[in-house]
Amino acid sequence: MKHSAVPFMGTKEQEAQLKAVIDAHRGEKGATIPVLHKAQEIYGYLPIEVQEMISEGLDVPLAEIYGIVTFYAQFSLNPRGQYQIGVCLGTACYVKGSGDILEKVKEILGIDVGECTPDGKFSVDATRCIGACGLAPVMTINDDVYGRLVVDDVADILKKYQ
Amino acid sequence: MDIARGHVLVCGGTGCTSSGSENIIKEMEEQLRKNGLEKEIKVVKTGCFGLCALGPIMIVYPEGAFYSRVQVEDVKEIVEEHLLKGRIVKRLLYDETIHEGSDEIKSLNEVDFYKKQMRVALRNCGVINPEVIDEYIAFDGYKALGKVLTEMTPEEVIQTIKDSGLRGRGGGGFPTGMKWDFTAKAQGEQKYVACNADEGDPGAFMDRSILEGDPHSIIEAMAIAGYAVGADQGYIYIRAEYPIAVKRLQIAIDQAKEYGLLGENIFETGFNFNLELRLGAGAFVCGEETALLTSIEGKRGEPRPRPPFPAVKGLWGKPTLLNNVETYANVCQIILNGADWFASIGTEKSKGTKVFALGGKINNTGLVEIPMGTTLREIVEDIGGGIPNGKKFKAAQTGGPSGGCIPASLMDTPIDYDSLISIGSMMGSGGLIVMDEDNCMVDIAKFFLEFTVDESCGKCTPCRIGTKRLYEILDKITKGKGTMEDLDRLEELCESIKAGSLCGLGQTAPNPVLSTLRYFRDEYVAHVRDKVCPAGVCKALSKYEIDPEKCRGCSLCSKECPVGAISGEIKKPFVIDQDKCIKCGACMAKCPFKAIKK
Amino acid sequence: MKSLAELEAIRNKAREKVMVRKDNDGIRVVVGMATCGIAAGARPVMNAFVEEAAKRGLENVSVTQTGCIGMCRLEPIVEVFTPDQEKVTYIKMTPEKAKRVVAEHIVNGNPVSEYTIGSEQ
Repeated sequence: MKHSAVPFMGTKEQEAQLKAVIDAHRGEKGATIPVLHKAQEIYGYLPIEVQEMISEGLDVPLAEIYGIVTFYAQFSLNPRGQYQIGVCLGTACYVKGSGDILEKVKEILGIDVGECTPDGKFSVDATRCIGACGLAPVMTINDDVYGRLVVDDVADILKKYQ
Repeated sequence: MDIARGHVLVCGGTGCTSSGSENIIKEMEEQLRKNGLEKEIKVVKTGCFGLCALGPIMIVYPEGAFYSRVQVEDVKEIVEEHLLKGRIVKRLLYDETIHEGSDEIKSLNEVDFYKKQMRVALRNCGVINPEVIDEYIAFDGYKALGKVLTEMTPEEVIQTIKDSGLRGRGGGGFPTGMKWDFTAKAQGEQKYVACNADEGDPGAFMDRSILEGDPHSIIEAMAIAGYAVGADQGYIYIRAEYPIAVKRLQIAIDQAKEYGLLGENIFETGFNFNLELRLGAGAFVCGEETALLTSIEGKRGEPRPRPPFPAVKGLWGKPTLLNNVETYANVCQIILNGADWFASIGTEKSKGTKVFALGGKINNTGLVEIPMGTTLREIVEDIGGGIPNGKKFKAAQTGGPSGGCIPASLMDTPIDYDSLISIGSMMGSGGLIVMDEDNCMVDIAKFFLEFTVDESCGKCTPCRIGTKRLYEILDKITKGKGTMEDLDRLEELCESIKAGSLCGLGQTAPNPVLSTLRYFRDEYVAHVRDKVCPAGVCKALSKYEIDPEKCRGCSLCSKECPVGAISGEIKKPFVIDQDKCIKCGACMAKCPFKAIKK
Repeated sequence: MKSLAELEAIRNKAREKVMVRKDNDGIRVVVGMATCGIAAGARPVMNAFVEEAAKRGLENVSVTQTGCIGMCRLEPIVEVFTPDQEKVTYIKMTPEKAKRVVAEHIVNGNPVSEYTIGSEQ
């Protein structure tokens, strides 16, 4: 799993919140996963800096924390963007060139699937079929759906959100 | 006087909530206020009624009028017509509840969907408000706990569960009473009771419905189990993907604590019992018992070899009793009605009822609870209402990624633990997916293997590598590149994975492949030898052709084709170059004359 | 929770409130609650039945409403269905009459003939 390209931008308030959570669970059996859930609520994701704080706070080796974070699908090492882009790689979209659309999105934003831009604005995912096959190829940005795309449309659409 | 003359029950299960039941409740309250009925009519948010395909569902008592697919706009009419004037809004009634040519409505129990069902585990779902402990108590809630603590010894409780013949509802079917007995007899001061609510099978949602509709029944049963095995602490391991269930369970735990039904010195008998929730984090393997306990301990949820079994060495090395949600949901009823009553339901070796999540190509999708021994035919045809669009039944899949496909020729098999295993499937947690002639069995096997490959934890080699290779062979076959030797290799590999895997996930992962090979071998052969997918699902094996009779030579298809495989002269029939064609179907969708056939 | 008695007390209290939801084959009281019935005062009559039945702890009685029975001039109309017996139709009901019907007919099995539809004709 790749590490986030986004610099860690945790605030003092977030740190205080996390400390409170850790204090509340310290000494409790099996506290690691509940604390990670709470930490992800506070920060939106679990960067290595947060894992380090938890490791120190709960006195659990960092390797073990990292092992847990990467084991469970719900924990994310990367922040999600303010705008979450999903390019449908369902069969209908794929044969109509959604692969090229995805390449273009990645090229413009300079990030890979599962990553987030350094300004925290965009994250990109390749999704399964979203059921809009009649509009293939399809891209979603948060709740907006863009269909019947050609590669040249991508830049204009992304501009709307910048 | 706060007794209402009428109750409006609105389903607040996940299915109905996503089809908008929250807004319906709001609108109902608003309309009742407008009409000055808010004191006369009580609105209750309940758990799942089981008929999710018809959601959002609303039942108005005392008439028992069963409204389905209720929209926010309909609420005004229901209030003004039904609640104010007493005229039932017939157009919203579930079809089957209307008697032919009469104004009477059938009671819920007479509807075909419910008639063959028997509700034990789901008894309170759709009846009580799950967020109000008093309603649970009104339907004999916590009476079983009271009885156990004041009248029975732990040995008597275990004997009752043993005599009832209850077996684990999570999949394995291990006798529950024996599990309790092992845990009770295990050495150790500290013991734990745990509940497996990590329902991960795609297509199974009965545990969620019980937790959402009747959370107290699980809490009460766990306290009883705690008393029987000598544990004072329980954990419920629940998926974080079930937010409504998590919330209702927490509310229920808090209410039980407030009433002193959890905590210290319950019923002044000196018995202490506490309960905590633990949230899963998205790992299918955590449904396996040793993996689940490891996850509660706060580690990576990897399974470990058994023995030692959790009953001897479980949470933090202490004896631990682990049962699944539906298993616990039966416990209080057994205590209250007696072991004989429970043992009188079902078949010789499988007692009681089983809840199934009915899905796929079937008219009444939803949750059904049937006595063990009911045949697949009764479930599909009588309760499920048959296959839509006049299609033919091909197979039913039970047990999710661990189970197998049951063909039409075995539809009269009575369903219980042992009969399902003997025909190559398993009870599993209770997903029941119906498939019709349009489903390709090789593709289904591939779909399940893709799931297991994703969810294999990677600890043991047979499962980690083996399932991946199985998937690759299946993929090859669906692409028309398989050989007859591949079929033998599939079988051989399946057997090694079953024999060599560490936990239930790997041991059962080959079942979808083995059962489809056993009953639908001709379909595999068609893919391999004839390069044909009989159901027309596998894209690579389909062939698109232009009917020269119908083609007008408009060239629309050739413009649509993403790979330039279609050529021809305007106003003359076009042709598809089969070597270039990628079988996307775009031409067929575009053709205005329906001249392109698959 | 201190004792079983305490649990039983909560159960009984809560049970009164939810009994309306239980399907039962006991006595059914059907009140005409169409516009005409309501205009003639059917709602207090219905409430009287509900309250009276609750007060006496009659679990086998369900109070139901129905639409227009078709004789608006006789509203409020109440029909009482008892197992194995002809239904009894009461007319021009009031909450006071309702209490008597509960006491004499529902509890003791003697229909109050002076309130029935037969007395009018």
